[in-house]
Amino acid sequence: MSELVKVKHLHKEYGRNVVLKDINLSVKKGEVVVIIGPSGCGKSTFLRCLNGLEEIQGGVITVDGLPVEPEKKDISNIRQKIGMVFQSYDLFPHKTVIENAILAPILVQKRIRDDVVREALELLDKVGLADKKDYYPRQLSGGQKQRVAIVRALLMHPDVLLFDEVTAALDPEMVHEVLQTMQELAKTGSTMIIVTHEMAFAKAVADRIVFFDQGEIVEEARDVKKFFEEPETERAKRFLKTFAYE
Amino acid sequence: MDLNVLRSYIPLYNEALLLTLKTGLLGILTAFAIGLSGAAAIYFNVPVVKKVLGIYIELFRNTPLLVQLFFIYFALPKLGLRISAETCGILGLGLIGGAYMIETMRSGLFSIDRVQSESALSLGMTDRQVFFHIILPQAFSVSMPGIMANVIFLLKETSVFSTISLMDLMFTAKDLIGMYAKTIECLFLLVIYYLIMLLPVSILGSIIERRVRYAEFGD
Repeated sequence: MSELVKVKHLHKEYGRNVVLKDINLSVKKGEVVVIIGPSGCGKSTFLRCLNGLEEIQGGVITVDGLPVEPEKKDISNIRQKIGMVFQSYDLFPHKTVIENAILAPILVQKRIRDDVVREALELLDKVGLADKKDYYPRQLSGGQKQRVAIVRALLMHPDVLLFDEVTAALDPEMVHEVLQTMQELAKTGSTMIIVTHEMAFAKAVADRIVFFDQGEIVEEARDVKKFFEEPETERAKRFLKTFAYE
Repeated sequence: MDLNVLRSYIPLYNEALLLTLKTGLLGILTAFAIGLSGAAAIYFNVPVVKKVLGIYIELFRNTPLLVQLFFIYFALPKLGLRISAETCGILGLGLIGGAYMIETMRSGLFSIDRVQSESALSLGMTDRQVFFHIILPQAFSVSMPGIMANVIFLLKETSVFSTISLMDLMFTAKDLIGMYAKTIECLFLLVIYYLIMLLPVSILGSIIERRVRYAEFGD
């Protein structure tokens, strides 16, 4: 199996504060990797490193064989291979839903407008938002905005999708619709790396769980069910306990 | 008030209005250009330029336009730089306006959330594309009320041009009063002409403002 994302000995620090220590991870094509861990454990920073939004102080990240180096000029070419959806406020407020979706494919990839629009409408229809195509982001609910953000990322035809706590800022009743969209994506064989606090979702969607704590990977589990029932490490056990009421 | 006097002054006021509008608008365009490039330079943290702009802004915002005009008009020729009163007025207005515009646009640029540029970058846009397609349009709609206030303020500031013998509205009124002492008529016309010039600008301004802000802020 081809390894799409490869991370070797990644080291990241802010001044003296080390946030990521010797991270090694590779993600195969079509794999869904879910990263969990307590707040401030470095999981969001890790995602941001993957598409070059953060400079790294050591190690190598490659996507589809190409190194991710924020200061290099071709970083924008590599970023096209990596779709990212953020926690919130990432739609462009001065553009309508459809304009948000088609901007980058036309501007960056120089694709033909009509084709992009057609594809955008198909995707919007799939997430149930075709009728909202001319709305501005301010006229949408949080859940709708996030689904548009997912469509926007998909339109770039990325090799891998990164999700950075995309439901964390949503009202509980909105969370479900976004997670459902993501789960459908996972079924279609998209390669996804997801940072989330939704444990039930993680269990349902993950091919592999990666547990982060204090800037390092503490446990990696391919047997997802087993991880949630009886994790191998004490730290993961303690973390999972915080989600259970007793 | 003597209607015949009013009528006979109107051609002179018309001419003055045209001159005021011309120098005013050119000055505002200059101010806008300085404001945009200055704000962008500060936004992108261009090392030396940023320092220089800081000094420029403080200098021009904290001295009256009158003093600046005197300096440009009377002091620069002493240094061997000779420019016409009209250019001098445009330059003066452009420089003081530029200082205000930089501050207005800068605050707009910095008000845009960082995730906006990050999500644009993650879509593969270059820094330049992010600035022109994502950051700048949003910054404009944030800054629009301030920009419009600056435009109106600058148009009114043209009244100072009379001190360097530019035959604007103010100069024409003062000149006519000096010659014929029809003070009431002259001042009446002066008010009317400033309103003729500024009211449409105000109205146009709020229409543009609403247009630009609709996407983000609604009605």
